[in-house]
Amino acid sequence: MAEQLVTMRVNGEQRSATVEPRLTLADFLRERCHLTGTHLGCEHGVCGACTVLVDGAAVRSCLMFAVQAEDAEVTTIEGIGSPDGELSTVQAAFRDCHGLQCGYCTPGFVISVTALLRDNPHPEEHEIREGLSGNLCRCTGYQGILKAVRQAAAELSAR
Amino acid sequence: MQYRSDGTSMKPAPFDYHAPQSLEEAAALLTELGDGAKLLGGGQSLIPMLALRLTVFDHLVDLGRIAELRGIERRNGSLWIGAGTTEAAVGRSPEVAAGAPLLARATPLIGHFQIRNRGTIGGSIAHADPSAEYPAVALALDAQLEAFSSRGRRTIPAAQFFTGLWSTELADDEILTAISFPVWSGRCGFAVEEIARRHGDFAIAGAVVGLELDGDDRIRRCAIGLIGLGSTPERARTAEAEVVGKALVDIDPADVGHQAVSALDAIPADLHGSSEYRTRVGAVMVERAWRSASEEARSG
Repeated sequence: MAEQLVTMRVNGEQRSATVEPRLTLADFLRERCHLTGTHLGCEHGVCGACTVLVDGAAVRSCLMFAVQAEDAEVTTIEGIGSPDGELSTVQAAFRDCHGLQCGYCTPGFVISVTALLRDNPHPEEHEIREGLSGNLCRCTGYQGILKAVRQAAAELSAR
Repeated sequence: MQYRSDGTSMKPAPFDYHAPQSLEEAAALLTELGDGAKLLGGGQSLIPMLALRLTVFDHLVDLGRIAELRGIERRNGSLWIGAGTTEAAVGRSPEVAAGAPLLARATPLIGHFQIRNRGTIGGSIAHADPSAEYPAVALALDAQLEAFSSRGRRTIPAAQFFTGLWSTELADDEILTAISFPVWSGRCGFAVEEIARRHGDFAIAGAVVGLELDGDDRIRRCAIGLIGLGSTPERARTAEAEVVGKALVDIDPADVGHQAVSALDAIPADLHGSSEYRTRVGAVMVERAWRSASEEARSG
């Protein structure tokens, strides 16, 4: 089966590789770009651990082939904080509010919440819960995550 | 799974990837490649099936680069939606909210927002999962499905489109290009109700209801679609016929629910529920949707 050249921008940097079409965007990011902050849980679209932004939209990177992201602008968890390592508002809120324990699901949550609060800066409680429903966490019981989203929303809108 | 020395393992079986820029090019590819080819829309159903190797294709033809497949507009009194329009775009469209409220209200029930950002209306309808929302809405509203192939264009009424589990009237060389929804006017109400174990899961059972009242609060028009209660989306035609012409006050919503599920003969059963359970839940979903829709129509 023919390999194909794919080129996209990842966290502002141009990335090209020759890949098999069946390589998922998630595996492209992890194995070819060595951006291992994007985690893989279920690899069939249920858990949300692999969520990234593609042209600004939060999507499951396991449910997209790298070749489909040709010319796209991809943002992974590595592109969410400042280049100097300072955490984003959402990331800092997760830390402050115990929004993570083992941390495996956290990159996906942070990406989803970043997109959620960008599109809806003042979410109602039910909107927060619905917005989080596409990401699974097996440690926290979600209460710390909910608290983190409320804190991040308050901080972002206070600016 | 095939493990490779470079550390990259891939779950789907190998395939060749084609990204045509036009409908004509896509149709020519389908003609050329035959039944070894599969169309790729948003991939939110196909890619998990490939990852689990529930299905294998030699060629994927990606429709994602064909601009003419996207768009939402009024055409000849109907609401026209390009098959490649994402569910997210459908969900935030004022044209959809005004022209096909049932479609707008069904949208938040599809997966999660991350899924809706990729998934397309045409993909959902062509995939024809009986538990999915859009196929039931298309069936209930008598949508017209536009298909294109190298042999030409044709329009398929939704009533003839869903032929079996994950099966449609589309031929192997045909592409679903658009879905056209009749726009209801007058005193109308619309509602979607479904039960799923977790938010975003496929529904165990669900119902979509549209109804229109005349000036005397009699049912002028009624559409009832059923989700997850057969091998295809179902339409409760007997229940619809039963209520048309009757005064709203004389109709017991529970009776509509029972009537709607009474003629079903292929209700699925799995670990989420037996056929009997789904039948009972289905009747309650119709009843609830009926109550909401009639309330809305009466106040309209």
